[in-house]
Amino acid sequence: MTIQNGTPSTVFKIVASAVAALSLVAVAAPAGAAGGEAKHPRSGGFSFEGPFGTFDQAQLQRGYKVYREVCAACHGMDLMSFRNLGQPGGPFYDSHFKGGPADNPYVRVLAAEVQVADIDSETGEPIMRPATPADRFPNPYANATAAAGANGGAAPPDLSVMAKARHDGANYIYSLLSGYVPAPEGLQIAPGQYYNPYMAGDLSPFWTGDPDHVPSGGFIAMPNPLADGQVTYDDGSPQTVDQYSKDVAAFIAWASDPHATERKRTGMGVLAFLFIFAGLTYASYRRIWKGIAH
Amino acid sequence: MSDHESTYVPKTGIEKWLDSRLPIIRFGADYMALPTPRNLNYWYTFGGILMLCLVIQIVTGIVLAMHYVPNTEMAFASVERIMRDVNGGWLIRYVHANGASMFFIAVYLHMLRGLYYGSYKAPREIIWILGCVIFFLMIATAFLGYVLPWGQMSFWGAEVITNLIGAVPVVGEPLLIWLRGGPAIDNATLNRFFSLHYLLPFVIFGVVVLHLWALHTSGQNNPAGVLIPKERTAKDTLPFHPYFTVKDGFAIILFLILFALFVFYMPNALGHADNYIPANPLVTPAHIVPEWYMLPFYAILRAIPDKFGGVLAMFGAIGVLFVIPWLDTSRVRSMRYRPTMKVFFVIFVIVGLGLGWCGAQLPDAQVVPGMPSFMLLDGQLNSYLWLTRLLTAYYFAFFLIIMPWVGLKETPLPVPASVSEPVLDGGIPEKKG
Repeated sequence: MTIQNGTPSTVFKIVASAVAALSLVAVAAPAGAAGGEAKHPRSGGFSFEGPFGTFDQAQLQRGYKVYREVCAACHGMDLMSFRNLGQPGGPFYDSHFKGGPADNPYVRVLAAEVQVADIDSETGEPIMRPATPADRFPNPYANATAAAGANGGAAPPDLSVMAKARHDGANYIYSLLSGYVPAPEGLQIAPGQYYNPYMAGDLSPFWTGDPDHVPSGGFIAMPNPLADGQVTYDDGSPQTVDQYSKDVAAFIAWASDPHATERKRTGMGVLAFLFIFAGLTYASYRRIWKGIAH
Repeated sequence: MSDHESTYVPKTGIEKWLDSRLPIIRFGADYMALPTPRNLNYWYTFGGILMLCLVIQIVTGIVLAMHYVPNTEMAFASVERIMRDVNGGWLIRYVHANGASMFFIAVYLHMLRGLYYGSYKAPREIIWILGCVIFFLMIATAFLGYVLPWGQMSFWGAEVITNLIGAVPVVGEPLLIWLRGGPAIDNATLNRFFSLHYLLPFVIFGVVVLHLWALHTSGQNNPAGVLIPKERTAKDTLPFHPYFTVKDGFAIILFLILFALFVFYMPNALGHADNYIPANPLVTPAHIVPEWYMLPFYAILRAIPDKFGGVLAMFGAIGVLFVIPWLDTSRVRSMRYRPTMKVFFVIFVIVGLGLGWCGAQLPDAQVVPGMPSFMLLDGQLNSYLWLTRLLTAYYFAFFLIIMPWVGLKETPLPVPASVSEPVLDGGIPEKKG
């Protein structure tokens, strides 16, 4: 009998790698969904999805406005500085201002609208002063205990990396914020708790209805934060809960991964280089191995 | 193969001077001229890929360590600072984090290749054992590294895994405190984990040197699994350079394309979202899972009802790899000529993937949703607990029963007398054994 050479083709190797990669994603993915029967997030149809997607700067500006006027009352973004708003890819980036974010008048004005705690350099007394681009977003609470105390025991989570800290982050934030519905009849809700179908959790202990039809979702300590017309948009965008939710979700997605656009753009160059390099190397391989039995 | 004649001739004066004092150029030149079996296929390129992975992890890791702060109050923010404010920091950190996954993809394929072609059999037992040592060190290093960002999964993963040490009879408790540097996972734990995470890659590097030394002493295996006698070296081998540098190089570039797809387009796909929540000792995540590459061993751990028994099984699953050279009774190396064993091997690969799948599920969850089943001892039959136990049983049976038994019972196909015979001598193999 003849013995097969058995050298797997290049195609086979690529397919094998791709299968391996996909199975890894498949293994990793369900873990994120575990922990409750929450409703699958709706798609926000975001411009930054996909390998070519970029952030919509107008949307990021609106999202910052929603964060500043609504969310910031309870949620910190400790990792964010005002200067980040004016960095390349940021909501208020403008290439006209050569001095960088600190030179950007929008950023300076937006920072100055917020008061931050400081120490008077003359007297050493604690003071409040308008923020500068170098300052971090101030946290609304003095510490985590104060945050929990003011919110019925549940400290509002920091939003700096929220879109990375939840599975399908931007869509999840959008769905949660725009997904508040009245609690289904038969669900026992403790004071200070609210029902949201997108929140992770297990409602079966609190459900008095048909045990086979436990409502999806969970309890959240945050009451519905948004209402139509609550935030004024200057660009004519609809002033609806749905639009606010989308915009703030986009802003948080940008804040969670501010270099996402740069990353994707770099990836294009890297992949183009690697494909050309692979082609050249394969041609060399064919040439070197020409006439060599193996 | 190992004792091939050195073909390096120093030409210039300085080369001659150096060659009689430190023959380092000769070492490199001989390495490049190393006679390599001409029939190596692409499954043999993972050694070079792994070397690259190790270098990438060390280089990116050293840069990350310049910016990382091993303090429970600052670790999480320092990693995010790297991602936000350090020039190119997002790239370095994503390469390092995904590099760990890439490293494990490559090492698993490398190990399966060794298993398939019998690369552990005499005279290559030491190469295999050193490889097992590297694999074990890689797991330890990856675990330590995953703790460093000090997210929820970092903290609770460390909690679960160090707790296992506490299951050791008698000395468990003091050993646990010694390992953690205190009664609970805290700053002392993070500091020593950082220190060890920096140390172990260099230990791995040292063992890799031994791995390669052993490889070049006993010679590379090949898909035919036959030894290359000295008189056939010229016929059966090709110099490493340029033949295998170009072949390895092509494979490395394909691997880098896969690597780049993850780094640039789905950098967090292989991680867990909970690790972007800062560690909180007071809030347990709904579902604590290790990184994907540890899932099969995590599944084995949970399959055993007794805690210490589970720890023994988990370490046993790695420990059994060390003795494979003596568990395999077959006279034929390559499974290409072992049709029966090949079937068991394919099942083994599926079982390994299945264990990984089970490791990510809740043990009580139903495997087939809605299918009625019954309680068997401590769990429903239709649960991941029992599926995991079934797969765990096969995992161990493959090495401890199937490998010795099939080796004795099966009738292998005729093995070619030499590497080049099937390709150069007309393809009529001699009957052997």
